[in-house]
Formats: sequence, structure tokens, C-alpha cells
Amino acid sequence: MEKLKPIEGKIWTKPFQVLTALAVISVILIAKRFIFGLGDVTGLNDGYPWGLWIVYDVVTGTAIACGGYAMAILVYIFNRGDYHPLVRSALMVSLFGYTLATVAIFIDVGRYWQLHNVFMPNYFNPNSAMFEVASCITLYVIVMWIEFSPAFMEKLQKKKQLKTINRLMFIFIALGVVLPTMHQSSLGTLMIAAGEKLSPLFQTMFLPLLFLISAISMGFSIVVFESIYSSLALKRPIETPLLSKLAKLIPWLIVVFLVIRFGDIIYRGELGLIFNFDLASIMFIIELLMFLIPAIILFSEKNRSSSQKLFVTSAVIVLAGSLYRFDTFIVVFNPGHGYHYFPAFQELMITIGIIAMEIMAYLIFIKRLPVLPEVKHA
Amino acid sequence: MNIERRDFFKILSAGAVTAVGAKPAHARKWQHRGRNNDAPAILYDATLCIGCKTCEVGCKKANNLEVEHSSLDEWHGVKNVWDSADDLSTSSYIKMKLYKNGSGAVKDQEKDGFSFMRSACMHCAEPDCQSVCPTSALLKDPKTGIVTWNVDACCGCRYCQVACPFEVPKFEFDKAFPKLQKCFLCNHRIAEGKIPGCCEACPTGATLYGTYEELLVEAKKRIGMEEGKTYDFPVNRVDSDRRETQKVKKYNSYVYGEKEGGGTQYIVLASVPYEKLGLPKLPPYSSSGKSEKLQHTLYAYLISPAVLFGGLMVAAYRSTKKENKEE
Repeated sequence: MEKLKPIEGKIWTKPFQVLTALAVISVILIAKRFIFGLGDVTGLNDGYPWGLWIVYDVVTGTAIACGGYAMAILVYIFNRGDYHPLVRSALMVSLFGYTLATVAIFIDVGRYWQLHNVFMPNYFNPNSAMFEVASCITLYVIVMWIEFSPAFMEKLQKKKQLKTINRLMFIFIALGVVLPTMHQSSLGTLMIAAGEKLSPLFQTMFLPLLFLISAISMGFSIVVFESIYSSLALKRPIETPLLSKLAKLIPWLIVVFLVIRFGDIIYRGELGLIFNFDLASIMFIIELLMFLIPAIILFSEKNRSSSQKLFVTSAVIVLAGSLYRFDTFIVVFNPGHGYHYFPAFQELMITIGIIAMEIMAYLIFIKRLPVLPEVKHA
Repeated sequence: MNIERRDFFKILSAGAVTAVGAKPAHARKWQHRGRNNDAPAILYDATLCIGCKTCEVGCKKANNLEVEHSSLDEWHGVKNVWDSADDLSTSSYIKMKLYKNGSGAVKDQEKDGFSFMRSACMHCAEPDCQSVCPTSALLKDPKTGIVTWNVDACCGCRYCQVACPFEVPKFEFDKAFPKLQKCFLCNHRIAEGKIPGCCEACPTGATLYGTYEELLVEAKKRIGMEEGKTYDFPVNRVDSDRRETQKVKKYNSYVYGEKEGGGTQYIVLASVPYEKLGLPKLPPYSSSGKSEKLQHTLYAYLISPAVLFGGLMVAAYRSTKKENKEE
């Protein structure tokens, strides 16, 4: 079996200092939000009650963080042990994405001191997709920390505990697949209740399935992207053969996604709306191209063996899935009554700060914990 | 807390059952849906409305709401002179609006005419806000059908605002400890035997109080009446002795709110097409009903997640066993 090793090295580097500055700014702005209210730092309003924080930090952020979920399906469920070297780093990226999503939820909800009511038997509401999302995300964060705990135990040389946890790991791996399957689809279900406020090009009973499939393709893409990016940034060899094998799956997922999306639109007789060239149709076409072109490129084996092409296509697919989420929740969502939304500068800075914290945690973890595969010196 | 201790344990056990078995929709008694015929309701007849906004004043008085200024007034430095909110807001539960087309010469005419419209909470029979609220803060009273908000429950996620097809719930974005605000049909006054502030204030009978059944009968009667004939329109409440004699206008062929979005307890009559007045065209069911049905099908008794979990455990056990041996 391959060995995972901390890559060591200095933590307080120049980029890390920049990230720290961004994180500090966002912490100050977060304090401002709690003192003066949401309206003080955000562009949110009664027509667009959900903005950047919910749609990026939670809905898109957790989908981008589906790498751990996608790899778990592949390695443990389909028993493809050859991808094992990618698992732990993928899991770690997911861990940060989800942990910070829960932080973002806490900042975003107006009456955070009553957030626990979502789980209280006298208040909780299983009729709400939000209940499902909230419970599954919370549980999944806990499950992921357990899944990741062997990294700490290996570091601290706790052999006995490590053996126990590894023996029980199959339970958490299974949970780590069930929970994202449930909430990534329910994130789509959230918008079904928005009904007529969403163009028929986007509003469909298939929202949960479309969200789930796109989340899995984003998950595989982010694993490819993250692996190549970290190899370049950390001057390590790129695992191209493994990644190109992994990338073979992505276009098929996109084909399934597009077949369902188009099939449903045709079935509902709304195909003509694509050629309306209004906001919904233009966004739909942009998304379509962003899904379709990388998929076509990745179908060719020759393209897949180029790390450059892998890098660009995987990035575009992640962006396509993100755009699909932004469109469904904000861009195409139209409450009427003259409401408009654009993220405020301070709102944006808080999100940037949260991303900075994610990257900082990533850098600390790969340098101090056994996460990335050991480099074999040629 | 508005739940008694004794009830609490009942709910607790019901909750446990729900958590384990994800019971079908609305098994819990406080998730009431539907529309009782004798429930308090409001009929707004735009053809009788003169746009005087007395209903807004009556509402503000009845609910101790602050005076508010439009953005234009604020820009001019107007303060506490008159009330002129731009739209429904955290301190305006109802709002009069004007539809105008072309020359705007004739009242209640679509072309070259105008009409008033009064927006407020519709108190839906299947409220989307109630269905999506993760903390059951928005509830429909089983008896009166009034949709209320519980300050002790709400976590401020604002999903209700996303779901409401009428853009009714308003959130205090400018406050550190924000609340949600909306019309609750003056349930404090109804409990005292009075009628809602807006209905009491309306001088023409445009905003009329009654039971849902009475008002629907009245509304359909008006649609059926011959245009140009006179009729003694009741004022304040449908069974009132106070009547105003008016000529009957040509009404739209249906009552808005009888079926829209699964039906509402605030129903509307007008001459100008309803969509032109800002009332959304809705299917005869609520969108939350659709998403609930989907959730309850996917997660019925948690069977599908349980089966998935079982299968995955077997698969994961196999692959990790091999791995653990290798180590």
C-alpha cells in the first residue's frame, strides 16, 4: 500500500500571510454583521433573502466539497483501491468545505441563537427540505471528522485506537455516502417550493436528481483539479495516469445530467423557452456549453492523458456546476415586485475570508499531517 | 414557549416517531392545512376601492406599527408627516397599489384605465411558508386558519420568503436581533370579537370581513350580477346593516384565491385581469405541496436511506477489510 506523509516545510510563508490578512478582515466584518444586522454588510433584501453566503458558501461550496463523497463511492463502494492515494486529500478538502459551510449558515441565519430549534422535537419540521439538509450536513461534518481522524492518530502514533477506528470505518464510510446523497439532492429540492419564481427551464421535480448528479461530477472534477493544482504549487509530480483514468467517468455523468435535464424539459413541452434569449435562456445556454464542451474533450483518451487539458476541463466543469447553482438560486430566481440583488462588497469579503481560512487549513494540514502520497525519488 | 408541558411530552414522543419513521405529511397536529368554511376571511373588491389608504391606517393603529416613508420621501428629508411605504415591509402589513394604463382615464378598465390593488398576507390554505419553515415558526391555526409567526421558534433562515408566491413575509435585515413581520389577520382583535383593523377602517366596503364561505358566496354573487345595475354593497363586514349603493362593474370571471396556489383566505375581486394587478398566476396547488410529496416519497419511513445505508455498509466493509489486512 502507498504511504501518505506530511510534506513538512515552513507554514508562515508569504501566501499564508496574505491569506491571514484576508481572514482577519472577514472576522472583523463578521463581528460587524452580528452587531448591526445582516443588512449592514449584505445586499440581501426581502425579495432575495438568500444571497452569496447561502448560494456560494453552502449550496455551491458543499457541492465543490463533494470530492470526498465521490472518491468514497469509487474506492470503497466500487472497490477501486487503485485510486486510494487520492482519497485522504479529497476527504480533507471536503471536510473544510463542509465545516466552513456550517460556519457560514450560522453567520447567515438572522436568529442564530435559535438555530438549534431545527433539531428540537417541539419545533422541527420534517416537511421542510431545509430540515433534511440541516440534519444531513450536520451529521456529515461529524462523520467526515471521524473519517479523517486516522490522519491525527497516525501522526500521534496511537496504534491501538487507529486499529479500532479502521475496523469500524466501514460504518462511517457508508454514512459518508448516504448523507451527501441525501442532502446534495435536497439542496435542489429546496427550490421546488419557490414554484413560479423560477423559470420552467430551471423549475422541475427533477431538481434533486440534477443537483445530485452535478454534485458528483463536480466532486470528481475537483479531485482532478485539486490534485494537479497542488502538484504544481508544491512542485510534486502530477499523478496524470491515475487522474486521466478518473476523468473518464466525468463525461458520462454529464451525459446523464444533460439527458435528464433535456428529457424533462422536452417532456414538459418547454423546449421553446431555450430560444427565448431572455435571462433564463441565456444562462441555460451558457451552462449547457460549459457542461458539454469539457465533456466532449474528456471523451477522447488522448485529451485525457494531457494534464493541461485535464486541469482546464475539470475547472470548467466545477464552474458549470457552480453556475447551475447560482442560476437556480439567484440569477434566474425572480421574485418580481422590483427586487434586485447583487452581493455587497463586505458580503463578498466575508466569503473571500472564509475561502482563505479553508486554504490556510489545507496548507497546515498537508504540511503537518499524513495526507498526500509520499513522493518516490527517481 | 407556547406549548404546555403536558403537550410537550406528547409532542416529544410524536417527534421521536416522526424522526424514526418520517410520518406522512401533517401527521403532527400543529402542521394544520386546509381551509375551514367558517374561518375568518377577507374579500377585497377592487371595483369598490377608492384608494384612500384608510385600511393602511387602520392596520397600523391596530398593530402599533411605525410610520414609514418611501425612499423618495426619505431623500427629500420628510419625517413623520405621512405614511408612504414603498411596498409591504416590516412595518406595513398591507399596501395599496395602483395599476395604470395609457391615459388612465377610466376606473376599473384594463386599457386607458386604472385600478387599485391591496396586497397583504393571503393566509393560504396550504401555506408554502409553513411547509418550508424548518422550525415550525410559521403555523396555520387549525380553527381560524390564520398564519402566524412564533418568535420563540424562528431561526431566521428566510426560507419562507423564498417560498411565498406573494412576497409577503418581511424580515428585519437592519436589526441585530431581527424578527419576521407579516399580517396575521388581527387575530388579537378577532379573539376579542372585533374585526381586523383594515376592515373596520374601510369606508366603502372594498375590504370586507366575513367567514370564508359567506365571502365566497358574496363574491360569486357579484360576478353573476348584471353590469351597470345597482347593488347595496355591505361595508366592514358581510352581514353588516351598513350598506353603500353602487353600480355593479364588470368583474373578472373568477374569484382570485378560490383555487390559486391551493386556495387562500384573503380573496380578491377586480375588473382588470389579476396578473396586471400583481397577483401571480398560480396553479391550483401549492408548490410546497409538490416538494413535500417528493420528500415524503423519497424518504417514506426512511426506508430508502436505510436500504442504501445497508448496501453501502456491506460494500465498504468488504473493501476496508482487505485494506486492514494489508496493513
